[in-house]
Amino acid sequence: MRFNKIIATLALAAIGSTAWAARVNLLNVSYDPTRELYQDYNKAFAAHWKQQTGDDVTIRQSHGGSGKQARSVIDGVDASVVTLALAYDIDAIAEKGKKLNSNWQKQFAHNSSPYTSTIVFLVRKGNPKKIKDWNDLVRPDVKVITPNPKTSGGARWNYLAAWGYALKQPGGNEQKAAEFVGKILKNVPVLDSGARGATVTFAERGLGDVLLAWENEAQLAGKEWGPDKFDTVYPSISILAEPPVAVVDKNVDKKGTRKVAEAYLQYLYSKEGQEIAAKHYYRPTDKEIAAKYARQFPKLRLLTIDKDFGGWTKAQKTHFADGGTFDRIYKPGK
Amino acid sequence: MTFKKPSVLPGFNLSLGYTLFYLGLIVLLPLSALVYKTAGLEWADFWSTVSDPRVVASYRLTFGASFIAALLNLVFGLLVAWVLVRYSFPGKRLIDAMVDLPFALPTAVAGIALATLYAPNGWIGKHFAEDGLIGELLGKEIKLAFTPLGIVIALIFISLPFVVRTVQPVLEDLEIELEEAASSLGASRWQIFSRVILPTIWPALLTGFALAFARAIGEYGSVVFIAGNMPMESEITPLLIISKLEQFDYLGATAIAVVMLAASFAMLLVINLLQWWTAKRLGRRT
Repeated sequence: MRFNKIIATLALAAIGSTAWAARVNLLNVSYDPTRELYQDYNKAFAAHWKQQTGDDVTIRQSHGGSGKQARSVIDGVDASVVTLALAYDIDAIAEKGKKLNSNWQKQFAHNSSPYTSTIVFLVRKGNPKKIKDWNDLVRPDVKVITPNPKTSGGARWNYLAAWGYALKQPGGNEQKAAEFVGKILKNVPVLDSGARGATVTFAERGLGDVLLAWENEAQLAGKEWGPDKFDTVYPSISILAEPPVAVVDKNVDKKGTRKVAEAYLQYLYSKEGQEIAAKHYYRPTDKEIAAKYARQFPKLRLLTIDKDFGGWTKAQKTHFADGGTFDRIYKPGK
Repeated sequence: MTFKKPSVLPGFNLSLGYTLFYLGLIVLLPLSALVYKTAGLEWADFWSTVSDPRVVASYRLTFGASFIAALLNLVFGLLVAWVLVRYSFPGKRLIDAMVDLPFALPTAVAGIALATLYAPNGWIGKHFAEDGLIGELLGKEIKLAFTPLGIVIALIFISLPFVVRTVQPVLEDLEIELEEAASSLGASRWQIFSRVILPTIWPALLTGFALAFARAIGEYGSVVFIAGNMPMESEITPLLIISKLEQFDYLGATAIAVVMLAASFAMLLVINLLQWWTAKRLGRRT
């Protein structure tokens, strides 16, 4: 970090001390599948910022499992902004790291989620096991690939989507939902620690009949491994995943980069930002852009974390904390 | 405290002081920080964390798989060392260098490579599938990757050099006259091996075993890719520590780490004592 600054200063000094454009560095700490999205977006934002203010902005990105990334920010990685898989991880930065306000989610529109996503099924081409909906996942002949919800943000969305489906069935209740999700987990042969790992297990190792994946990961798999390999299946119900963004107050105030950091996240809501998100298969929140890309994003019934699960803090505690429903499903003798 | 036999070498105080300081800084300090951090946990919380059935299952797997891997390497590592010392053949130096590869290779790379090989659609794994060569022979599928068996494979890979490299120099130093003498006194080949060679290299073998075992217990990078990571079944203890950290449960993670540390230390101590005892029994200076 400091080294970069020194280099930049030296470079600028060499050019000469006549008027120069200020040079700003930002670090965006993000989760696994946004790599390609932010590569494109950073370029667009840098051009936009240059045009607006004449300043150069360099944005570096860091990617990994959402929880791990949050922990690295708590432990002191100098993130200017975080763009993670779920609000709980940013809450943790606010709570355990005291690096931002606990009401960070009010700062930007739509719960600070400029784009949304959902959980879909990726199946082998032609869907040989005829997997149509969540209730096909409990069939004994179906092997399901999903990462470990304890370590992967995406897997928590998968888990809750399945849980929500069971709840919404006629006569559904918490106990039936737990049984249902338990049966699905019995069909899981490998629990990877992150979403990308699970995608590799499914696509590259050929394990499993269905991968529970982020909508954008599923679309990307088609691109990466060829459209003749997999099909995407949209279940009847899924969950509205809102990957939120936030400015890390403490870090930007220390370095005086608040203005550009806020502009960086705000620009995600612009037409251009929304368009880039849509191109990378994230569902835009902007109505106009959403309409433009409507064909790409089939409509389905989406549960929300706030309405159907009482918010992340509660969902985390009920399901994923030690002793939660996930742990109970894996208790021996069951 | 007086030492029985003051050394004739000068500089004892200085070098011992340095040794203690260095060990303290590099080894003891981080480990005591670990214990210190755990002390922030109530005893009941500590106990419920480290005695959770899932955690206990992971101890069993970690120590069990490490033990099997080290044991297999004890036999086959000795064989490798024997071949490298006793025979000369073209490409010997190349093979000798290959033994060290598991030392040098980033463990994640090893893990991914092993998982690719042993997965049901991999080069080796596919022969063990239901319609594969060996799978058909046995009439059932044998899963290698993503099972405890996969973990053992990964651990054998990473711990092989330890046995070979500790036994090799001792084998090299073995005086050929001893074997000739035994032979001229009418010992059979097996007797020479079991009564002359084995006792001499036994302490080195034990050291190699202990090192391989210790390395396997702590291994994370290569195992997670091939383990499958199913709770109660193929979750190793280091994975549980990482997953606790990922849930921001620092205390829980350190608690499990302390248990592992204590268990590893106890086992290494036992092996060291055993080694000391066998060396003494054989009348060699340690």
